[in-house]
Amino acid sequence: MFEVIEKEQFSPKVSKLIVKAPMIARSRRAGHFVIVRAGDGGERIPLTIADADPAAGTIMLVVQNVGVSTEKICSLNAGDSLTDVVGPLGKATTIPTGKTVVCCGGGVGVAPLLPIIKAMKAAGNKVISVLAARTKELIILEEQVREHSDEVIIMTDDGSYGRKGLVTEGVEDVIKREQVDEVVTIGPAVMMKFVALLTKKYGIPTQCSLNTIMVDGTGMCGACRVTVDGKTKFVCIDGPEFDAHKVDFDEMIMRLKSYN
Amino acid sequence: MAETSQLAPRDAAWREELRKAINAKERGAIPRVKMPELDPAYRVTCNEEVNQGLTMEQAQLEATRCLDCPKPTCMEGCPVSIDIPGFIKNIQRGDITMAARVLKATSALPAVCGRVCPQEKQCESRCIYHKMKKEPVAIGYLERFASDYANSHDEEMASEEAPAEKRGIRVAVVGSGPAGLSFAGDMIKRGYDVTVFEALHEIGGVLKYGIPEFRLPNSVVEKEIDSLRSQGVEFVKDCIIGKTLSMEQLEADGYKTVFVASGAGLPRFMGIPGENLIGIMSSNEYLTRINLMGAGQSGYDTPVLEGKSVAVIGGGNTAMDSVRTARRHGASRAMIIYRRSLEEMPARVEEVHHAQQEGVEFMTLYNPIEYIGDDKGHVKAVRLQHMQLGEPDESGRRSPVPIPGDIIEVDVDEVIVSVGVSPNPLIPNAVDGLEVSRRGTIVVNDETMQSSIPTLYAGGDIVRGGATVILAMGDGRRAALAAHKALSGE
Repeated sequence: MFEVIEKEQFSPKVSKLIVKAPMIARSRRAGHFVIVRAGDGGERIPLTIADADPAAGTIMLVVQNVGVSTEKICSLNAGDSLTDVVGPLGKATTIPTGKTVVCCGGGVGVAPLLPIIKAMKAAGNKVISVLAARTKELIILEEQVREHSDEVIIMTDDGSYGRKGLVTEGVEDVIKREQVDEVVTIGPAVMMKFVALLTKKYGIPTQCSLNTIMVDGTGMCGACRVTVDGKTKFVCIDGPEFDAHKVDFDEMIMRLKSYN
Repeated sequence: MAETSQLAPRDAAWREELRKAINAKERGAIPRVKMPELDPAYRVTCNEEVNQGLTMEQAQLEATRCLDCPKPTCMEGCPVSIDIPGFIKNIQRGDITMAARVLKATSALPAVCGRVCPQEKQCESRCIYHKMKKEPVAIGYLERFASDYANSHDEEMASEEAPAEKRGIRVAVVGSGPAGLSFAGDMIKRGYDVTVFEALHEIGGVLKYGIPEFRLPNSVVEKEIDSLRSQGVEFVKDCIIGKTLSMEQLEADGYKTVFVASGAGLPRFMGIPGENLIGIMSSNEYLTRINLMGAGQSGYDTPVLEGKSVAVIGGGNTAMDSVRTARRHGASRAMIIYRRSLEEMPARVEEVHHAQQEGVEFMTLYNPIEYIGDDKGHVKAVRLQHMQLGEPDESGRRSPVPIPGDIIEVDVDEVIVSVGVSPNPLIPNAVDGLEVSRRGTIVVNDETMQSSIPTLYAGGDIVRGGATVILAMGDGRRAALAAHKALSGE
């Protein structure tokens, strides 16, 4: 069992959990994720490690309540436990040095983006973060992102905070303004698809972190398979990060609806 | 470690008496026992175990058939060299606890092996009765009988177990499938402190996530694991060596030897058009959802797609498990699609037979070449290339060759791809300097199972690619013997 040490409600549907998992806290790096199970009949779902404190032996998870399992996890309070947490899984992000990097995230995608922003900044890159959400209340982790970014641009669909518009508009403004060496994007598949289309137009290398259906998360089943550059890849062991210009997003979006 | 001959010596007076009691001709005249099984029409409606097990009377009569050969060839057919006449003669005389002890001396999981070994290719294939044109002794059924009896008489068994003297040496096992459990069982008997690390949230590997309830109930697996636990084996789940804990960390924690038995979990796909459509999945995914995650049962959150017309691609045991599972999960039409003919199928004969009884269609000499989807991306049909058998290949099996232009289309709403597995790269990737073959398997010495790193042994599917439970167990046994020699200097 993995105890929830601390809980914070970001918004009615989004919770932050600090979970005791010393071995994972010690070995994880930016880009890694865990598979989590809540309750004996619970399913295994993937969640990115948003942050970790090796000294305290804890990891941070940010969970959006979108279904049966996330509802169970979001309803946990400090003192409750997750039944299983396994990881760190996936390949860690490749972090360049001395580049100008745009990190853009939508909704809860900002949580998995945070460790990458931190690692990018720590490696001496110029980091411009573009955070997007439908409305002001859904912008999360802004303070932490600011702490590790040279500049933060906030976009909301309804203009209730920051600039009104989509994430792609914020990213394109930066691209038009200055030399961008790399883009990292995490969020809903459709958002990543349009970021990829935009940066492809400008020829800027772009990494995306894919959030497919998973079961075991260790390469055992292939539920998470995607087509990258015409080849079938398993997100859990070959990813979760891929060259966004080579991912077949339409197939991925289709497969995400398998159980709808 | 107890020698089997000491547990059930052939020259014991009781055994000589049994041999004299009935002559060989009379023994040979007894017909081989028929395993009682659930009616096919009933069993496809549930997950209950198909084979019901022998009664005491049936088991003792079957045990009487065994001629107690002076040089038992059956034992040569067993990858873990169980003292077969030794346990069978104990059944005949009614000492089932002793029969189970003889089994446990060489096999950590006899209740499992009695159910899932392809005995027709192993022990039973070497029974002397074949030479007399008679059916072999039902060794697998008897193994199952004795182990099940012991598992339901725990106290009797426990009182006879003498714990080994502790050596204070830690050994680590990576993976809790059959190879890892077999190694763990042998090492704990030799007095080592054994910790088994498992990536999933349940112990047992393929015995839990792969083989279905109707063939191997989880309660049977759990009993065998409990027995290892009571002997002192520690189990750590949710822990991936190479990810959660590094090899260096294991060494720093005082583990002197690591046995890697991480399996060949990586499913193969065929790479044909349409294979990523919704409704097409690996047998590993399908069986894991149902067997490990409880999909389809109330109280379990994991969903599974339930097809009405299901095609399973492949002819191995995993394919049989998948197609029979599909029948139990609402498929009115369940098909095996196999590119060779029935004779070449690698699945256990009993499983093929059970599948046929349960109404599974066998479309042999067909190979899928394309899947066709509907406008929502869900598979709706498969195009099959008709094949014929050509020249034998390296494995000695005749290769399937397409018959040009002979292509049919079959409507399906679910496809389970069961064309084999590759070694999982997690461990090979995590260990510097480990010699790995081109296929991704860990290279080991065939006798000792020792890898290019002297303190690292490996066995089971991570060494063999996809193989059987009993071969994995044999590897665990050989590795345990070699590791013990290296650690103790004996």
